[in-house]
Amino acid sequence: MTQATIEITLNGEARRVAAGRTVAGLLGDLGLHPRLVVVEHNREILDRARYDATEVREGDTLELVHFVGGG
Amino acid sequence: MTTTTIDEALKDSPLVIAGREFRSRLVVGTGKYRSNEEMVRAIEASGAEMVTVAVRRVDLDRTKEEGILYHLDPEKIFILPNTAGCYTAEEAVRYARLGRAAGLNDWVKLEVIGDQRTLLPDVAATIEAARTLAAEGFKVLAYTNDDVVTALRLEDAGCAAVMPLASPIGSGLGLVNPYYIREIKSRLSVPVIVDAGVGTASDACLTMEQGVDGILMNTAIAEAKDPVKMARAMKLAVQAGRLAYLAGRMPRREVAVPSSPTTGMLD
Repeated sequence: MTQATIEITLNGEARRVAAGRTVAGLLGDLGLHPRLVVVEHNREILDRARYDATEVREGDTLELVHFVGGG
Repeated sequence: MTTTTIDEALKDSPLVIAGREFRSRLVVGTGKYRSNEEMVRAIEASGAEMVTVAVRRVDLDRTKEEGILYHLDPEKIFILPNTAGCYTAEEAVRYARLGRAAGLNDWVKLEVIGDQRTLLPDVAATIEAARTLAAEGFKVLAYTNDDVVTALRLEDAGCAAVMPLASPIGSGLGLVNPYYIREIKSRLSVPVIVDAGVGTASDACLTMEQGVDGILMNTAIAEAKDPVKMARAMKLAVQAGRLAYLAGRMPRREVAVPSSPTTGMLD
């Protein structure tokens, strides 16, 4: 059985992900800890409290950022 | 007559930025270290209570590439997100908001670069971004040129601290214009933290001797052959320079003045 997928832009690259995923689900698929990542969803910062309720849709643009070493 | 102990006589006031007290006047960056372990040890040796970090995309192809918060405990060290790498006010505001959304604090080291070769700031864009961010409640610590007019504009824009450079970022050229730095310090009410350009301990000491409130550095420590030793050297240099400033140096003279008595000499 094949799973339905959608295309999104994730950190600047086109990527196919499972359809019907929430942001929380997507982070889980990517092995990312929600507390250590900030999500920008279609140029709007997404509050962590909304990760579970926000569904990722076809054509969405997501940026996943975190803190790295810098001066 | 009251006597004070040496410890009391040497006591310095804390560095206060936006109502928050720091005992260390040295702020360090977390970039360019050979390993995270070396970075953690260097920070400890520096005695810094505040460190800067950058906001970047998570590397999705290398999930082992961990964020810096796996190595730094925000309960123990104050994390200052920066907007490094931004070339417009709009971009810097976006990065600042992302940094705040990480949920640690509402501070930002604002940096809007205007030129790729020198990494000198775009001061007009920096002032614009500072105004926007201060209005949103950010505590803005703004990296800027060693120009007093811009420094005054940044203070007016609501910055919690103004951070003029000693010389270009990562150059290690040291303090190129002590006079400009002293002028900025004498004209501003908010803390003045010299940010960028310090190359070695004597640079840090000389910078603190100008009377500024603190120094922010990264490359001088991270690119030293032994970052842990250089971090400690910087801690001592910042303390020495601060003390020398508070002590007040002797005047410069063009002629020698003997230190030993000129009387009582043998025939």
